[in-house]
Amino acid sequence: MHRTRRPRSLAARLAWLIVMTLAVLFFCVPVVWLLLATTKTDGQIVRDNPFSFGSLTSIADAWHHLYAFQEGAILTWLKNSALYTFGALAITLVTSIPAGYALALTQFIGRRMLLTITMLVMLMPTAAMVLPLYLGMNAVHLDGTIWSVILPFSFFPFGVYLTYIYFSSNVPADLLSAARIDGCSEWQVFRLVAMPLAKPVIALVGFFNFVGNWNNFFLPFVMLPDSSQYPAQVGLNNLLAASPLFNTSSGTGNQIMRPELALATLVTIVPVLIVFLFSQRALVAGMLAGATKE
Amino acid sequence: MTTHLATERSGRRGGRSARNPVGRAGYVFVSGYVLFLLAFGVLPTGYAVWLALSNSRNQLVGIGNFTRTFTDYRFGPAFLHIGLYLVIWLASLMILVVLLSLMLHGRMRRASTTLRFLFYLPGALAGVASVLLFLILLDPAASPVGWLLKGFGWNTLAQVNAPGHLPVLFTVIAFWTGAGGWIVVMYGALNSIPDEVLEAARIDGASTLQIALRIQIPMITKWIAYMLILAFAAGTQLFVEPQLVSLASWGMIPDSWSPNQLSYQYAFQAGDFNGAAALSVDLLVLGLACAALVVFRTGLFDRDER
Repeated sequence: MHRTRRPRSLAARLAWLIVMTLAVLFFCVPVVWLLLATTKTDGQIVRDNPFSFGSLTSIADAWHHLYAFQEGAILTWLKNSALYTFGALAITLVTSIPAGYALALTQFIGRRMLLTITMLVMLMPTAAMVLPLYLGMNAVHLDGTIWSVILPFSFFPFGVYLTYIYFSSNVPADLLSAARIDGCSEWQVFRLVAMPLAKPVIALVGFFNFVGNWNNFFLPFVMLPDSSQYPAQVGLNNLLAASPLFNTSSGTGNQIMRPELALATLVTIVPVLIVFLFSQRALVAGMLAGATKE
Repeated sequence: MTTHLATERSGRRGGRSARNPVGRAGYVFVSGYVLFLLAFGVLPTGYAVWLALSNSRNQLVGIGNFTRTFTDYRFGPAFLHIGLYLVIWLASLMILVVLLSLMLHGRMRRASTTLRFLFYLPGALAGVASVLLFLILLDPAASPVGWLLKGFGWNTLAQVNAPGHLPVLFTVIAFWTGAGGWIVVMYGALNSIPDEVLEAARIDGASTLQIALRIQIPMITKWIAYMLILAFAAGTQLFVEPQLVSLASWGMIPDSWSPNQLSYQYAFQAGDFNGAAALSVDLLVLGLACAALVVFRTGLFDRDER
């Protein structure tokens, strides 16, 4: 274990403890509160101790109210989210893994330029492209179709860059030339030599693509006009707009109050949460992708 | 077809030829991605630029749409809102992320893995979920920190969400979902500083504070710049947060609080695609400038100078 020579003063230790406690509270309290809010009735959320546990039947009640909203819309939204993100995930992997491989391990004219463009585009906020994409989709009459969401979701330059970094630092070019000498075609080199080595980076690209697209709101919000097409994030927005909690005029005829909103929030992020819990290591590796190439 | 060519070339040995067997295979492998790059990156950008420079009858009007949107009474406030938000957000991001990363790095390294994960976890709620959560959470009637909000004299959600508070509110939300990821990055950057360097400084009698200020922070400046530029670029694009808060504000927050919202209003409220395009080109240029700054100036990204 790494230790400093100088014994630290009590004050320094105390300051460390206080700052870390505050940080943990700031980051964790909202999550804990959200979990507990689903177990209570709206009245209990307002009156009871914020960190008390209600009952399991309250979760069931909240679910019934939530499910009643537009006759099971919540399930439709989740299904749409799954369709859009997994559809995009498949296309992303098929296009970006070979591209990253080619940028790292083959030579062609325009390779460096493509790499530079890829980095520029991946660093641009995705929101900046949403309205131009909408205008373009509108011009070719694709807006309002599921393709107006799935196809832009599948354009994932960050995935190409991650794959490029992975192949150029982990797979020696000599290995590939050995396979070529043995008579492998370029396709076979890719398929039989590079792909078996690429599992970690496929997982990484899949992770970032999935999380980013699942949580994307702006693009589907702009592209899709109809509630039956909404993904979960746009659906949440719909729930908020319809809730009597925030909107006294339009909020009649449904029971979307705090517990229902909390439950809806939780249900819609569960897939991302699960992926987060199981891929901490991959996450860190991906976020530090730039560092490994310094 | 390409096989014999490949063996012939790689037979010549040498680093370059080893990665350069056949020119054509590379094109095939990148073709799918390039198609998407053109269709969903280059073409929409080009089309937006064309729309921004023309009118609804497809006549070129030069910078007319830019000046027209610029003089819109909502344009100034929208950029002012974003500017104010960015100042608060970037300052708190820089100070707190660097501070927390240094502190996590300084002691209890084993516990720090767990702590980093806890800080990072709210990232799963990025987007609508986090805004919705904070809207419920910051209603003084139901809030676990209701006493604190009431202490400030805010007794209703409308008072918490008052227009003047939004830059701070959005900073809190953005920090909650985004800071953890940056702490992970900064921690990794701090890890790349060799222990001997820090050890030597300690032997020379440098205090923890001096080490942080004179060695650690200067050595991770590139990463801090990277974080600030990307946070700046993302901050200019704010949409979800003001959109949702404005929904829940009983009409107190305009629906064109941020530039992206204004652009959305042009397209969907007024049906003015040329004006919307002009505004989105403004934002694209900002985003592209930031990306270019990172790629060409920070030296963090290997542009493969072979």
